Amino acid sequence: MSDETTDAPGPVTMLATPIGLDFDFTPGIAQSKFLRGLEQGKFLGQRCPVCGKVYVPSRGSCPTDGVPTTEDVELSNVGTVTTYCVVNVPFAGQSIEIPYICAQILLDGANLSFMGLLQEIPTDQIRMGMRVEAVWVEPDQLTPSLASVRYFRPVDEPDADYETYKEYL
Amino acid sequence: MAERCAVIGVGQTHHKAKREDVSIAGLVREAAKAALADADLTWSDIDAVVIGKAPDMFEGNMMPEIYLAPALGAVGKPMFRVHTAGSVGGSTALVAAHLVKSGIHKRVLTVAYEKQSDSDAMWALSVPQPFAAPLLAGAGGYFAPHIRAYMRRSGAPEHIGRMVAVKDRQNAMRNPYAHLHLADIDMKMVEESMMLWDPLRYLEACPSSDGAAAMVLAAEDALSGQYPPAWIHGTAMRSEPTMFAGRDQVNPQAGRDCSADVYAQAGITNPREQFDCAEVYVPFSWYEPMWLENLGFCDLGDGWKLTESGATAFDGDIPWNASGGVLSSNPIGASGMLRFLEVAMQVRGQAGEHQVDGAKLALGQAYGGGSQFFSMWVVGSAKP
Repeated sequence: MSDETTDAPGPVTMLATPIGLDFDFTPGIAQSKFLRGLEQGKFLGQRCPVCGKVYVPSRGSCPTDGVPTTEDVELSNVGTVTTYCVVNVPFAGQSIEIPYICAQILLDGANLSFMGLLQEIPTDQIRMGMRVEAVWVEPDQLTPSLASVRYFRPVDEPDADYETYKEYL
Repeated sequence: MAERCAVIGVGQTHHKAKREDVSIAGLVREAAKAALADADLTWSDIDAVVIGKAPDMFEGNMMPEIYLAPALGAVGKPMFRVHTAGSVGGSTALVAAHLVKSGIHKRVLTVAYEKQSDSDAMWALSVPQPFAAPLLAGAGGYFAPHIRAYMRRSGAPEHIGRMVAVKDRQNAMRNPYAHLHLADIDMKMVEESMMLWDPLRYLEACPSSDGAAAMVLAAEDALSGQYPPAWIHGTAMRSEPTMFAGRDQVNPQAGRDCSADVYAQAGITNPREQFDCAEVYVPFSWYEPMWLENLGFCDLGDGWKLTESGATAFDGDIPWNASGGVLSSNPIGASGMLRFLEVAMQVRGQAGEHQVDGAKLALGQAYGGGSQFFSMWVVGSAKP
């Protein structure tokens, strides 16, 4: 019977073979708009015609209502840190010096937070509710990618009230 | 009317940081052979094989089920591969159970594994994409902000996470298969361990393990084995998108819906009272209080109080992760199946030193992805 296998004795030889993979990313219509917006130094999202929620970046449809999001919305450069962690662990392929602050940022006018790097503040002074703004690369260095945003930094405003962002946690 | 289905054999490897003595095929075979032996069966008694593991990119071994079919005696038989991220070990067992419950097969072998020493999971989970900043630092980096949100929402004091980290490692001392055996573990040791993803410290996170888990599931007229069967009283799986406005990542809807479904099947209205123990996917210490609430073992905001009271300890009224849990062994793809397997061991009375006295009804839970996949089953010593 072919399924009556036997265990071959002997040591197992391990071999590490590094491999690479280059691929072209096709973002589609909605994400292309978002990425083109980044190339112009602004955050572009889309509003759901049913629930009115604004997605940034938009995937072209509302995950809750299942309808296309057709209305384009330009969002503020300023937002609120809903939550965050301080990354202090090295790993292969890491491009940012540790420790760094990885914050969930809810842009004013958006209904979904995204991950952003927070700088110009010591890691032990970051707070939930902190108001922050995007710092962009020089205009001649803007590209259709989030690399156009160098990082976020605190703005001189009182922290947002917990009630205003708790539903985004 | 679905057929009754029971776990009649369990097997697992001794989970370790690095198993240099076996290939992946050898690893899964070790667990499968142990499960067959426990069920008093041989390879030829098995009708079908269901295998699961986490993303292929971890080990860089694409579609490993192709190469593992012969090692699992699946040549000439139906074989299925399941993938639902970290919950996969649980959902793999569910697929196997459904093959029996549907009346299609009498005896199904189900196996799950990960060989983390062959892989770089941190890298695989942190691949840069143009629409996201390259900030994600593995699973810990993803979950730490949600843990912070839980702490803020519930007002839980900082020491709760450390308590879970200590409790599960103390439990692991009773489990010879556990990867971590930290005899000297205490609150101070956890507090002094390195901060990896503030607020999460090194000892509040799961290890990276090589390991596999296997079970034989059988129909009522195909029972065998040295221990009584663990009857399956309910199975449920739910998913939700990773991102939508208003998504609650602290208390995900998919988790609540999944437990409501499995509890309805098993007649559970008060999980804390009705279950004798639970094995729940807690890869980072704070997920114990979070899932206590998500699974309805207490009111919202009270999970940390249950942990603090000692209720979930080995000698508490509802022991969680008596095996040491994911915090003590994390062969990712197998970690969910180990939860399902461990509760089967409990209700069969075969858990040895970490046996919960008189365990008759228990919950196994696994979650995966960005908390978007949930798998659960309820097993009991009594026939459903």
